Amino acid sequence: MCYDVAVIGAGVIGALTARELSKYNLKTVLIEATNDVAMGASKANSGIVHAGFDAKPGTLKAQLNVKGCAMMEGLCKKLSVPYKKNGSLVVAFSEDEMHTIKELYDRGIANGVPDLYILNKEELKSIEPNLSDEVYGALDARSAGIVCPYELTIAATENAVVNGVEFVRNFKVSSLEFNDGVFEIRCGDNIINAKYVVNAAGAHSDEISQMIGDNSVELIIRRGEYFILDKAVGNTVSHTIFQCPTKMGKGILVSPTVDGNLLIGPTADDIDDKENTATTAEGLANIKKYAVKSCPSVSTRNAITSFTGLRAHPVNDDFILGPSKICDHFIHASGIESPGLTSAPAIAQYLVDMIIDSIGDVKTNDSFDGSREDVFRFRHATDEERAEAIAKNPAYGRIVCRCETITEGEIIDAIKAPAGARDVDGVKRRTRAGMGRCQGGFCGSKVVEILARELGMNLNDITKFGSDSKILFENTK
Amino acid sequence: MLNYDLVVVGGGPAGMAAALKANECGVKNIIVLERAETLGGILEQCIHTGFGLHYFGEELSGPEYAAKFIEQVEKTDIVVKTDTMVLDINDENVVTAVNKEDGLLKIQAKAIVLAMGCRERPRGALEISGTRASGIMTAGTAQKYVNLDGFMPGKKVVILGSGDIGLIMARRMTLEGAEVKVVCELMPYSGGLTRNIVQCLDDFGIPLRLSTTVVETHGKDRLEGVTIAQVDEKLQPIESTKEYIECDTLMLSVGLIPENELTKNVGIGIDRITNGAVVDEMRQTDHPGIFACGNVLHVHDLVDYVTLEAQLAGKGAADYILGNADNAPVYVNTTTGNGVRYLVPQRVNINNKDDVKLYFRVGQIYKNAKVVLECDGKIISSKKKVKLAPGEMENVVVPADVLASMTSDSSIVVRVEE
Repeated sequence: MCYDVAVIGAGVIGALTARELSKYNLKTVLIEATNDVAMGASKANSGIVHAGFDAKPGTLKAQLNVKGCAMMEGLCKKLSVPYKKNGSLVVAFSEDEMHTIKELYDRGIANGVPDLYILNKEELKSIEPNLSDEVYGALDARSAGIVCPYELTIAATENAVVNGVEFVRNFKVSSLEFNDGVFEIRCGDNIINAKYVVNAAGAHSDEISQMIGDNSVELIIRRGEYFILDKAVGNTVSHTIFQCPTKMGKGILVSPTVDGNLLIGPTADDIDDKENTATTAEGLANIKKYAVKSCPSVSTRNAITSFTGLRAHPVNDDFILGPSKICDHFIHASGIESPGLTSAPAIAQYLVDMIIDSIGDVKTNDSFDGSREDVFRFRHATDEERAEAIAKNPAYGRIVCRCETITEGEIIDAIKAPAGARDVDGVKRRTRAGMGRCQGGFCGSKVVEILARELGMNLNDITKFGSDSKILFENTK
Repeated sequence: MLNYDLVVVGGGPAGMAAALKANECGVKNIIVLERAETLGGILEQCIHTGFGLHYFGEELSGPEYAAKFIEQVEKTDIVVKTDTMVLDINDENVVTAVNKEDGLLKIQAKAIVLAMGCRERPRGALEISGTRASGIMTAGTAQKYVNLDGFMPGKKVVILGSGDIGLIMARRMTLEGAEVKVVCELMPYSGGLTRNIVQCLDDFGIPLRLSTTVVETHGKDRLEGVTIAQVDEKLQPIESTKEYIECDTLMLSVGLIPENELTKNVGIGIDRITNGAVVDEMRQTDHPGIFACGNVLHVHDLVDYVTLEAQLAGKGAADYILGNADNAPVYVNTTTGNGVRYLVPQRVNINNKDDVKLYFRVGQIYKNAKVVLECDGKIISSKKKVKLAPGEMENVVVPADVLASMTSDSSIVVRVEE
């Protein structure tokens, strides 16, 4: 068995690329090192759909950002992923920073960003009254939005699988060889063969490239720490609020999330350890310091959790997309830092067009259905819809997560879905069970029970997020 | 739409005692809605003893204490729906709930008793930096794994917070063969009962480190260790005192928060200190016909007091339903003086003919101090206490004759004198 294409890495880029490939008559496999999709940068980022005024005109970042931004709303609708076009504001705190705003505006126009406006203080305060009184004005980008990044990855993977892509988890690539037009991809003794490889391994994509002798991918791992605040303060701002960018990135933002919480962060520190998703006391303190500059009322007393995401910053400052110089069947999808999430739909299309061109005569997959049926969400349903759902499946009548109002039926759906949940965090990302203010204090043990029952496993075999993240040891005395 | 005279939200000790009392007072049509599969609430996982010394005069385990009430409920016509979650209460006293059998339930109530209990404060609220490994859980979650599911959630344990559940779990894990390395408490005093510190830590040689906190967690998959540090007067960690402790489990017992999301949705006034509703002496909230009792009102130290409080709420609800309630109450607010963090009830109807017991907690440890009740500038009582501690609930009685002499301008103040 030899696949036409193996996509390495089930983050948002890999998942959307696999889905894009499923539009063609190709045998595609999506390979993931961990127990679930979206386990790297795709689960821990700002979830912002950027308008596209940040990147330098002419770069891949600029081109694919603006294109991806325009594609995102339609894609999310098709895949039933929460998306909101809430607009973003880059806020200036001095006359000097207003010049930066003007530069960003000009760059946005050059990049082809629609609906850009410069606001003065009065206009700004009238749409965002909770902003600091120190503001001077802002760049108003109305095409910007917010999306749930891991839900997009989960939905894209599900849809890819429904359309014929095979999903293989816990396959951490240990070696990669290209002989006679075929890649041998190994994870220990397990082997997958494919004619093309897309390297979407995120922070590890440099290592994957090196396996075929391509040392051109140079990444710096940049750590970003965040706080998630309670829904009680979720409406502090309606837009995504940026401060003026620095050389380390877009700075600390304050933004609503599609789920109604408030997100503050990220910090930006370059680190050496690709696995180091620990938060730091300094980082968390810095978020607070800068977030209150934009919105003085923001307080981490409302924090329900904090987390760290790692972005793979390419040293050349642009996405690395396209065939390797060593092997033209090895396609780079590396260095995908911000605006990577926004660009993802456009990147997937860009890469797949390239692969199809390279293969030559490929038929389209006539049975491709790009729509993913909306999953039943008890918390969003009307009373009539709820009653109807429970009549069909009584498990929708049993609330498991009380903070977020998640039913047993939704958890079972998440486990049984294509490329479904296999661990507690997987259930959490698919359903929100455990994401509320008690952070799984009450429902965590129930989720473990449901996972064990549905997967036919023992309670103490269930993990938090795969590998050695075990939850329970042996039986009590 | 179903119709009930009384809907009790929660079938733990508070809900059961309130329902039984209302039933005894002549309310016929009562329903108890419980989210778990059985009545009893959190008592079901509290298999240690120490319950009932005040109320029953004997030492019972949690399930035994609950069983006494469950048996009584079963002998009455009180309707019980378990595995049933209340989703909403509107301001016309319509309760919306859901379960597998009935689907969505809409219940019009004449009166409602809120008895939802409390939840544990999670890690996120603490700003402990570090990894997000497995093995970090609240003490209550660990208690459920050990006592109800029969699995060990860890072998080498550090406990942060000296709340009662944390202390109980220190002993429980030790008895099950785990090594409890240390209990760290941020404050200079424990938030738990003295008897639990003696029986759960001292008796097993488990160190309690006061003014110490966990600053960082380590380990990528499963927890591998924590860094602890002493804190200064402003509760900030002192860098030079940092110490790494190897462990696979961090249990949190860092406070309980009354679960008042339903309460807030009705628009009921909330006390900023207790995080529970503002109530009068019958535990009626500022929304007519809605009462609150137990840990949803304020976090209690002993279940015996929960029972007593719930009986007041049950009586109050019965009076309201049967038309025996005072239609023209005259309220006097209770005021916290020196050293007193909160008072429940927050207001008292001076037309009330009975003595009113005010419950409170102090903000720090006091030795040989006096609890003083002052009404309208007159000292009504002054009781010497050998020790007052934040972990123990205290009370003081406002006598009926004092209330009878009051007007709407009167004052009721409780304070600590050193």
